[in-house]
Amino acid sequence: MEFAELIKTPRVDGVVLRRPFMPTVEGTLCLTGHHLILSSRQDNTEELWLLHANIDSTEKRFVGSLGTIIVKCKDLRVIQLDIPGMEECLNIASSIEALSTLDSVSLMYPFFYRPLFEVIEDGWQSFVPEESFKDLESMTDEWRLSEVNKDFSVCPSYPSLLTVPRDIDDESLCKAASFRHGGRFPVLSYYHKKNGMVIMRAAQPLTGTNGRRCKEDEKLINATLCAGKRGYIIDTRTIAVAQQAKARGGGFEQEANYPQWRRIHKAIERSNVLQDSLIKLVEACNDQSHSMDRWLSKLEASNWQSNVKEILTTACLAAQCIDREGASVLVHGTEGTDSTLQVTSLAQIILDPACRTIRGFEVLIEREWLQAGHPFQQRCAQSAYSNGKLRSEAPVFLLFLDCVWQILRQFPCSFQFNENLLIMLFEHAYASQFGTFLGNCVAERGKLQLSQKTVSLWSWVNRPQELERFLNPLYEPNNLVIWPSVAPQSLLLWEGVFLRWNRSTKCLDEAYQEMVHIIEYNKELQNKVNSLRRQLAQLETEDKMVADLK
Amino acid sequence: MEHIRMPKVEHVRLVDRSSSRRTQVGTLYLTATHTIFVGKGSEDRNDLWVLHSLVCNVVKHKASQSGYPLLIICKNFQVIRFIIPQESDCHDVYISLSRLSRPEKYEELYCFSFNPNVDKAEREHSWDFLDLKAEYSRMGLPNKLWHVNPINREYRVCDTYPADLFVPKSVTLPVIVGSSKFRSRGRFPTLSYYCKENHATICRSSQPLSGFSARCLEDEQMLQAIMKSNPGSRFMYVVDTRPKLNAMANRAAGKGYENEDNYCNIKFQFIGIENIHVMRNSQQKLIEVSALHSPSMGEFLTGLENSDWLRHIKSIMEAGLFISKAVAEEGVSVLVHCSDGWDRTAQVCSVASVLLDPYYRTLKGLMVLIEKDWVSFGHMFSHRCGHLIGEAKEVSPVIDQFLECVWQLMEQFPCAFEYNEKFLISIHIHIYSCHYGNFICNSQKERKDLCIKEKAHSVWLHLWEKKLDFMNPLFKPDQSQNQGLLRPSTAPYCFKYWRRLYNRFDRELHPRQSELDCLMTVKEETQKLEEELALYEQVKLIVHPKLKIKQALWSLPLDTSLANTPQDYIGGAPNVFTLQQGERESAELCLFGDQTKSSDADNSDQESGVADFSSHSSGEESLPSEDSVKDPDSDETGPNRA
Repeated sequence: MEFAELIKTPRVDGVVLRRPFMPTVEGTLCLTGHHLILSSRQDNTEELWLLHANIDSTEKRFVGSLGTIIVKCKDLRVIQLDIPGMEECLNIASSIEALSTLDSVSLMYPFFYRPLFEVIEDGWQSFVPEESFKDLESMTDEWRLSEVNKDFSVCPSYPSLLTVPRDIDDESLCKAASFRHGGRFPVLSYYHKKNGMVIMRAAQPLTGTNGRRCKEDEKLINATLCAGKRGYIIDTRTIAVAQQAKARGGGFEQEANYPQWRRIHKAIERSNVLQDSLIKLVEACNDQSHSMDRWLSKLEASNWQSNVKEILTTACLAAQCIDREGASVLVHGTEGTDSTLQVTSLAQIILDPACRTIRGFEVLIEREWLQAGHPFQQRCAQSAYSNGKLRSEAPVFLLFLDCVWQILRQFPCSFQFNENLLIMLFEHAYASQFGTFLGNCVAERGKLQLSQKTVSLWSWVNRPQELERFLNPLYEPNNLVIWPSVAPQSLLLWEGVFLRWNRSTKCLDEAYQEMVHIIEYNKELQNKVNSLRRQLAQLETEDKMVADLK
Repeated sequence: MEHIRMPKVEHVRLVDRSSSRRTQVGTLYLTATHTIFVGKGSEDRNDLWVLHSLVCNVVKHKASQSGYPLLIICKNFQVIRFIIPQESDCHDVYISLSRLSRPEKYEELYCFSFNPNVDKAEREHSWDFLDLKAEYSRMGLPNKLWHVNPINREYRVCDTYPADLFVPKSVTLPVIVGSSKFRSRGRFPTLSYYCKENHATICRSSQPLSGFSARCLEDEQMLQAIMKSNPGSRFMYVVDTRPKLNAMANRAAGKGYENEDNYCNIKFQFIGIENIHVMRNSQQKLIEVSALHSPSMGEFLTGLENSDWLRHIKSIMEAGLFISKAVAEEGVSVLVHCSDGWDRTAQVCSVASVLLDPYYRTLKGLMVLIEKDWVSFGHMFSHRCGHLIGEAKEVSPVIDQFLECVWQLMEQFPCAFEYNEKFLISIHIHIYSCHYGNFICNSQKERKDLCIKEKAHSVWLHLWEKKLDFMNPLFKPDQSQNQGLLRPSTAPYCFKYWRRLYNRFDRELHPRQSELDCLMTVKEETQKLEEELALYEQVKLIVHPKLKIKQALWSLPLDTSLANTPQDYIGGAPNVFTLQQGERESAELCLFGDQTKSSDADNSDQESGVADFSSHSSGEESLPSEDSVKDPDSDETGPNRA
């Protein structure tokens, strides 16, 4: 298919772009296969380059022959384009519509994007499971890397290499896989160096209504317990939801069959509920009525903050079991690709200082989200302005980022990265020139040949020039476990994402710059003083030598 | 002393609501001024001192297994829970505290017994720290259009106004007297803020006694004169800060608001800020929400909404913004009033001033502003803060709302304020604590009659001396956007819940690492480095000649006098350096909070928050932190530790 077929009018002059808190720009609108470009062709004004993939929905209005297209983006921005001429406007609108809803992944921009920078470190090669396994091996010999899934036949959403208990053979793994939803048998997610406790994750067991059991599954998870030890199974669903799942062949672990495990149910919402929550929250943030009551009741009704609280609380619970109770944890929900990953990855941020560095956070996202099979392409196909037919969109990853932001706010000195990194990840998960978030699992990414045909987001982020922007000036490595408060008074609305386009950030940016300046100036002085101290010490020695000679 | 039935009770338990593990056992003492709890274990950090005048309420709860619970609810939103083993002891403490915390006479207040032995000069010095005359001259007054009129020197025209008042020069005494007779409580229009750049003013008064049709020529002349004292403008605004309905209801009582037809060139405007009773109830609801024990997100947000508190804050901010824009952008003078002109009027005038004038965003400026618009203009602190036992209906958090408006502005303009949030909280405590004389009584006249300045101290100098704690490290006075008028957004989502004020004592709810503290430490360290660097520069000047001298020494070993002179310097200087280095290292240690020190301790503050996350609504518990009860900056609640 040629993009040209979809572009009825490639270029319109005299288009006016309106954005809140920014000056209007008049210029020429151009449509390319992947971008909407508006340029005033003057040197000092900024051009708008908008990826079609970033467009969530559009609306058009006409007053006389002047058409207006309101473009709502997945990064939550809303822009307005005034286009002279009804026909041009209609053409542009239908082209945008078609180009922003392309079905085929291989037509997406990452397959066409050529980086303008030199790739020094290929992000596709940056995170290999063998590497992290080496770290694990240095701490314990109880785990092994299994190739049972090398052709993705045991579990299509898992990667080819999986960390499993040493004593469990591949045959047992296959049997356990047949007892878990989507073949997602229990695998290692995190090893707590301090006490050797682990977090495992899986999908729900397929007990069904007649209480099926699977010896291999029981053996597999028991293999992670030391003799006489008990563990916790955290089911991210309420007991009622878990009960209902039985009717569809799913279910939860029966105490009788797993006597060494205590099951705890939490109440993290399912993905369609979360999507609804996001839509309502963004609507509340964009409400122009300026009424306090309305704002607060809409914020409450969106339930977004409640979702944040519930997810964080569950992650804290998992971390607490590991660090305080000295007990291992198995986490699962239904499919084990959404709430499960939120919980396991947040627990690691709480427990493991390495995850609070930039590199460590990238590793975490790579391992706990991308490799673990979070279906990014399905979940991020549409964002808050999606209307009508939703399939499986849900802001699961955005909620995870929001929770990380909450912890970051409470421990502003314990993270090597700042809010910008989180916002950037949100943007790129929904629309990007990089291939990292395309596809739904490792197998799909392989088929799409992403590592050959697209550039990895990490190749770009890890360039020193880019990294600068994401560094937290207050960072001071902190090796402690960090326990956030999950009280409503302590959880804030993530303004950097949800109010980003609704307010002027001039004063806040200025404050951030000032903070950077204060710290840089301090470092500069420290260096100066240190070098002077050295000089002086040297002089003193010389002096002493002189004195000695005398 | 005669009110203390029981000076000492042993085996009392101080309960931490968020964690039973933090409960302490100790001894409770009642003194004339404080309730003191000394925890067992003899570490003095476990002491808890509560000033009687900060106590808002004492409540006995139903007996529990472990004893008789007694709650002390403080005006700074602290709630202290004791469990006393014996019922009779509990009752005695309850009766004693109930009396001690409800003084009947001003003389019983703490400020009269605080620091009485400090010499007179020092006390006077504390009062001389702020000078309102200097403040008016900073504004550019008196000038050829405005002067101080001595008419109220003896408080005869208006006993709730200050003695010195600025009015237009063109106004004659009969006009002032006539106008004051036409205004509630004689509070005639007078100047609050003067804008040097364009001569526009903010004036304030009480409501006119207009009823349905009454008018007063002198009052009309007064407004005309105010308008004319701003030569560039052709009209002035009259802002009634009440909801229109309330103002109309007042007409039936012979009060009301200005009729645009009777006054030349005024534009009349209602701004619906609710009255003190609505505000009192609203804050009560807010406090209830803030005190909920592990609420769900829904309960908290619904409670916040139902309290209406943020809606009221928003309306005060909007009123202030309207006035400041009229003055700065239109160059038009504004007369502000409500009913009596000492609550909403004070709020709105002072918020507008903070928006207009960067001076009020400095430490001293905010002190001056409170002294001027609130203390001198007769905000009834004794009534509103309930210093003495009396009408509960007169209590209202009017000044709390002003401080909160400033806080909301600080959130929007992090670089525009010289002070930080701790400063606001300290002012808040001192307003209620009666530790100092500033906020005693309801008017300047009452304070003069009571000889406050001879008997008590002023808080402003005390705060000024602690100013290092109150500095905002991000303050950038030279930034253009921090100059002149601040234009805050009044979109509802810009107003936030002030956790640091309302949950100040719930330590586990606050960030475990504070950006503010961290930046303050860095800045402090930077300053030390700068000093050290300057010292090196000096030394360099001396060291360099010495280098030459050293060379000279080789050739002229006999000249000992020359060799000795620089030797002294070198001898002295390294001592200074090593000393400073030591200081610097300790500064680095505590640079990023106390985590480095506490990392070995299992109960480090950071690690608090470990709790029973498994139960559905839990998760906010904390382990005991080293100073679980005593707040480091609460010397206000303690006795004179100086």
